[in-house]
Amino acid sequence: MLNYIWAFMILVGIAYGAFCGNMAEISGGVIDSAKEAVELCITMLGIVGFWTGLMEVAKESGLVGGLTRLLTPVLRFLFPRIPKEHKAFQYISVNFIANILGLGWAATPAGLKAMEELAALKREGEKNKNGQLQDKICNYKNCHGIKQKGDEQKDTHLDIASNEMCIFLIMNISSLQLIPVNIIAYRSQYGSRNPAVIIVPAILATLISTLTAVIFCKIMDMGRKE
Amino acid sequence: MRVLANLSNLMIPVFIFYIVAYGFAAKTPVYDVFIKGVKEGLKTVVGIMPTLIGLMIAVGILRASGILEFWGGFLGNITNPIGFPGDLVPLTFVKMFSSSAATGLVLDIFKQYGPDSKIGLMTSLMMSSTETIFYTMSVYFMAAKVQKVRFTLSGALLATLAGTIASVILAQSTYSLLF
Repeated sequence: MLNYIWAFMILVGIAYGAFCGNMAEISGGVIDSAKEAVELCITMLGIVGFWTGLMEVAKESGLVGGLTRLLTPVLRFLFPRIPKEHKAFQYISVNFIANILGLGWAATPAGLKAMEELAALKREGEKNKNGQLQDKICNYKNCHGIKQKGDEQKDTHLDIASNEMCIFLIMNISSLQLIPVNIIAYRSQYGSRNPAVIIVPAILATLISTLTAVIFCKIMDMGRKE
Repeated sequence: MRVLANLSNLMIPVFIFYIVAYGFAAKTPVYDVFIKGVKEGLKTVVGIMPTLIGLMIAVGILRASGILEFWGGFLGNITNPIGFPGDLVPLTFVKMFSSSAATGLVLDIFKQYGPDSKIGLMTSLMMSSTETIFYTMSVYFMAAKVQKVRFTLSGALLATLAGTIASVILAQSTYSLLF
């Protein structure tokens, strides 16, 4: 994806610049931007480094674990069909807490594990339905002329996302982050008088996008069978 | 009148105090653990450095060519009447595909208008309230070997739309309270 976006930006920029006679500005722009990127990274090193250090303290001291337990009622509401002791449930908690605290690097591995566990949960669920559903799916696929290769035949219906997977991903995309550390760092680098001033409105905006996502997910979860 | 700004300013110190106090009370070797975490954070920043250099140069070229003003002016004619600045339209789209490419555009907006301008505030809120749709979906669904995503995309787009509208309205209504 980025290969296209990056090439598009550079090619369109230079072509348009040549057309408008802005080639000298582009030469200067390349050198200035490269310098600026490194300066920005130096600011980021301090702010992000401090934040990750602080979060490590929160993790080691058991604060993150405690927050995960606090989150349980919310997760039960969002994922009523996942058994409480199931690994998927734990990974989802860790992913949500990491997202809320802005620990992107900790959120992604837990999120990937959660998706694998949700896939496993889906497989268990399919098995328990005495193969009835499987027959239905095979009929459906035959009717619609979907090709099936011998080996993949059993697994083809597993490539459909479960409700839990959809909800989990929508929640992740709606952003759960409480304090937008990166944006604060960027603002500080570009001379904001008060970089952190955005925290409260940012929390409100995040809350609105997340609440919209929750309402949408609950409606879809009730309305549609897998 | 500056309640919002004061509350925002309070959060970080209170947050830091709480985490250090909690760690100290739990007998965690706070300083050692902190240093370990900083090392991880530095690795993350160094990891994104090549991306930032590549994308900031690409945005720098776009900016210097004059095409961003052209697009912004063009799109602004359509979106300005509903209170949405044309300069934010490219950002809204790029943000769905790549958060690092979006970062390049955000920094460009900060450079041109300043982070404390109304459009700078709007940009900050937009970036804070949503995540990259297509990147997140492809990485996570790959882990679960899923190809049919069902209602994920529509939900993600809806959440992004809600976040964007909220950012614009919040920026319009709280700007005078914050600055």
